[in-house]
Amino acid sequence: MPSLGADMESGVLLEWLVHPGDRVRKGDIVAVVDTAKAAVEVECFDTGVIERLLVEPGTRVPVGTALAMIATVPDPALHQARVTGAGPAGEPAQAAGRTAVPVTSPLVRQLAAERHIDLGSVPGTGPGGRVTRADLQAAARVVPEAPPVPDGARVRASPLARRLATELGVDLGTVAGHGPGDTVDAEDVRRAAAERLDRRSTAGLPSTADRASAMRTQIASLMARSKREIPHYYLTETVDLAAAMTWLRARNRELPVPGRLVPAALLLKAAALAIRAVPDLNGFVVDGQFTRAEAVHLGVAISLRGGGLVAPAIHDADRLALTELMAKLKDLVLRTRAGRLRRAELSDPTITVSNLGEQGVESILGVIYPPQVALVGFGTVSDRPWAIDGLLGVRPLVTVSLAADHRVTDGASGARYLLAIRQLLQRPEEL
Amino acid sequence: MADTTYREAIREAIREAMRRDERVFLMGEDVGPYGGAFGVSLGLLEEFGPERIRDTPLSESAFVGAGIGAALGGMRPIVEVMTVNFSLLALDQIINNAATLLHMSGGQFAVPLVIRMTTGAGRQLAAQHSHSLEGWYAHIPGLRILAPATVADARGMLWPALRCPDPVLIFEYGGLYNASGELDGGAAVDIDTAAVRRPGSDVTIIGYGGTLSTSLTAADRLADDGIDAEVVDLRTLRPLDDATLLDSVRRTHRAVIVDEGWRSGSLSAEISARITEQAFYDLDAPVARVCSAEVPIPYARHMEQAALPQPAGVVAAVRAALGRSDG
Amino acid sequence: MTTADLAAAAPTDRAEHHYELLRQMLRIRRFEERCVQLYSATKIRGFLHLYIGEEAVAAGAMAALTPADAIVSTYREHGHALARGIAMHSVMAEMYGKATGCSRGRGGSMHLFDAATRFYGGNAIVGGGLPLAVGLALADQMADRPVVTACFFGDGAVAEGEFHECLNLAALWHLPVLFCCENNLYAMGTRIDRAHAVTNLAARAAAYGLSAVDVDGMDVLAVETQTRAAAEFVRAGHGPYFLEFRTYRYRAHSMYDPDRYREKAEIAQWQQHDPIDALVRRMRGDAELDDDALARLDAEIAAEIDAAVQAAEEAPLEPIEDLTRFVYAESRSHDG
Repeated sequence: MPSLGADMESGVLLEWLVHPGDRVRKGDIVAVVDTAKAAVEVECFDTGVIERLLVEPGTRVPVGTALAMIATVPDPALHQARVTGAGPAGEPAQAAGRTAVPVTSPLVRQLAAERHIDLGSVPGTGPGGRVTRADLQAAARVVPEAPPVPDGARVRASPLARRLATELGVDLGTVAGHGPGDTVDAEDVRRAAAERLDRRSTAGLPSTADRASAMRTQIASLMARSKREIPHYYLTETVDLAAAMTWLRARNRELPVPGRLVPAALLLKAAALAIRAVPDLNGFVVDGQFTRAEAVHLGVAISLRGGGLVAPAIHDADRLALTELMAKLKDLVLRTRAGRLRRAELSDPTITVSNLGEQGVESILGVIYPPQVALVGFGTVSDRPWAIDGLLGVRPLVTVSLAADHRVTDGASGARYLLAIRQLLQRPEEL
Repeated sequence: MADTTYREAIREAIREAMRRDERVFLMGEDVGPYGGAFGVSLGLLEEFGPERIRDTPLSESAFVGAGIGAALGGMRPIVEVMTVNFSLLALDQIINNAATLLHMSGGQFAVPLVIRMTTGAGRQLAAQHSHSLEGWYAHIPGLRILAPATVADARGMLWPALRCPDPVLIFEYGGLYNASGELDGGAAVDIDTAAVRRPGSDVTIIGYGGTLSTSLTAADRLADDGIDAEVVDLRTLRPLDDATLLDSVRRTHRAVIVDEGWRSGSLSAEISARITEQAFYDLDAPVARVCSAEVPIPYARHMEQAALPQPAGVVAAVRAALGRSDG
Repeated sequence: MTTADLAAAAPTDRAEHHYELLRQMLRIRRFEERCVQLYSATKIRGFLHLYIGEEAVAAGAMAALTPADAIVSTYREHGHALARGIAMHSVMAEMYGKATGCSRGRGGSMHLFDAATRFYGGNAIVGGGLPLAVGLALADQMADRPVVTACFFGDGAVAEGEFHECLNLAALWHLPVLFCCENNLYAMGTRIDRAHAVTNLAARAAAYGLSAVDVDGMDVLAVETQTRAAAEFVRAGHGPYFLEFRTYRYRAHSMYDPDRYREKAEIAQWQQHDPIDALVRRMRGDAELDDDALARLDAEIAAEIDAAVQAAEEAPLEPIEDLTRFVYAESRSHDG
């Protein structure tokens, strides 16, 4: 059981995606694990054949428990590279033998590429074990085609629902319809995607209520630990967003509708960039020792529909263009709610942002996620009175807050950080 | 800004056009001393005289055709036809001449004519004064069809229509003549685009002319239910502004069309077809229509009201499109 | 030339004038005879309504009008178009459906248009052109232009409601319209006495308060003289005028029809009064025309027709990308 987050002590194996005898390669997704926050896909780091599955679906095991046995074989690509590098030119194929990239004709290689068939997985029947065109065609026939339409009537779904189902990988046949005439509509598909987790946990797996309660327990333990161990200090600063909002509107006019920016993208980018001014807010305290993180992986607190909260990372948020950041944010929210997070996203955040602007609250004084050392909060952007040059005006304002670990930084550093955010938001074009 | 009625707004638009352009004149049944069947031209005779405020005999085909001829001859006529039902007596001239001459002549003869007529029910005028046949005219290439639903459009559409080299039919909704609204000057408006009269995110309600207010009333009621309806006013029935319509439907994923015409073979059918042709994969519910009952509009008030699109019907159609028909 | 001028003209001038009327009538007839061949050879398609037999009306009436006057015509309008001065090659090209046609191939035989000669079209709706003529005349009246709008239509149109609305309106407003009724006795296959309770059409026009006369439509000189007088009346601001030209078409309503509605003898009888033969006889009698001159005229017209056919054959088709042009004006500002 891999550790899928700093706070994870155990996990429930939800589903095996491989069977004994399956050939797996480094990076393949082999299982789905429930971390009490989300269903997370587990990738494997070796290439080989699954020998045995050690943990039954539905079982909770501690982090570090072996889940399966893989009989490893040398990674063909690496092997060949090594041999090619070491051996005399002109003999790599022979030296590589059966386990290396199979010897094939250019035509077969081209056909394999066109059909997305891994030649390494095709048994060769030609001279010297070569993969022939006939072998390839036989392999192609085995490649599963589109799943057959379930028995009975065609699913009644709206055109938009069908499109979304394809995009989100939802099987329409499993979705209950609540649209007009009980057709499946877009909301049904989105709900299904978000609840995929629950569907996975059928057949004796944890129920939704169990999982929600498990998550509540996890959050409770983590937050209690934070409040117990971390001496928090809090700073707030109100920032005038007039320039930022004006720029945003102008920028959005140039962007296609799906790519338009929301104010949160600006705020996240500013929070990430401002780290450069105070790098000691970005990192981890482990065993009482602070380690500064090199990259800025911005945790984004995302609330789940069924209750609870996850804060997966946007990697290298300080280096992303606004449009990229926006796309990643949308993708992250969608996948979080669909229960499709990647392991690194849960374990990597170096600082977390909590944006409760959607809920309409003015400010947030947050609790730091251990072992991180700071949490940035953004309240809602709203028009409020504001003194400008001695006159009272109405401006779009946001209250930015910082909760930081007093063991690592002092109020002065925190103040510098908030000041940096404020200054960055006055020059939105540079974000 | 002053409060102006729809009727006054049209009158002021005619007055302004006649002052600005010597070639403009008004022609129709009882537009002179009587002041027009609906009082639109009241007082214009006194200012412009009988040459330019010209009463005609009850000869729709002759005076509408004369308007076409006068436009060919260099004038800028405004022809008033009392109601769209009566315009059928001039259908030959409008469709066989006004709409075709430019094309048939290979581009030689444009017809810069404006025909104004009243449309719509709601005043207990029964089946020969109440029909909404503008959708028929919107079928015809070569015509431009306008439907002002607001005082500003009533005031602002005439001048650009007169400046347009094509024949323009303006459908004034009879139930709106006494409606008033604030008018900021008399700025000409564009006559090419639809307008979003109320932004919203859950459903697009499409209306025009008399059904704009029906749609807006329905949208207000839906808001109390937490349903955020967008209301689009077509304004121009031909050529239809597909871009505005489709942009809205692509955002809301649902469309309800409100048309006082009958549904069979209608403008609402055309709009529905365009949405399914061009935004099918954005639709989350079938396109819905709220139209007049398929009867000649009856006289008695309870029957007439039952025959016409009402806000409650629009609310029900929207709720059904949202899968909330169970209440 | 005014009516008075014509009466006082010198004999040589008069001979030239007669020769021109003859030339126009012959151009129309030979042109249409060629059209029959071309239609049979499928070069011309659609409906083709021939004017053969009625040439005196077009030739005589057009001779009495000025270039500033406007013409509104019917679907049997080749004769009007040619006599009005639309180039023969552009009429022929239109019938071929070519881009060089006077309506760029969009009108065909029934819809010849020409802005340069103020020819507002062949209208294929019986009676449909009358309101246009009333409006054109209204524009002229309001702009105080001394211009006549000549509106051609047949006896069939007199049965249409638009005829009655328009005569009333024109008379009521004293509009400068010259109503030119070509009474060829048949509305398609329906003889006038089967369609009209009162067959004296001029009398019915007079009932609306118009000045109205009937004219021998087979006599080009009578047509010209009466038209000239009527046009002067209209131009002087006395209001509309109604001319009933009594004429006859020899050929079918459209290219071919069963001709079961009349006797061959009736056609033969009218051919005895052929307007071209009549004028030729008269000019020979007055020594205004000899065989050589007639042969030269025939040759000249044949050459004109050959050239028109050849040009039409060679002309390009309107590009199909331009199909939807001219549905709406291509420029918004229209202050012409």
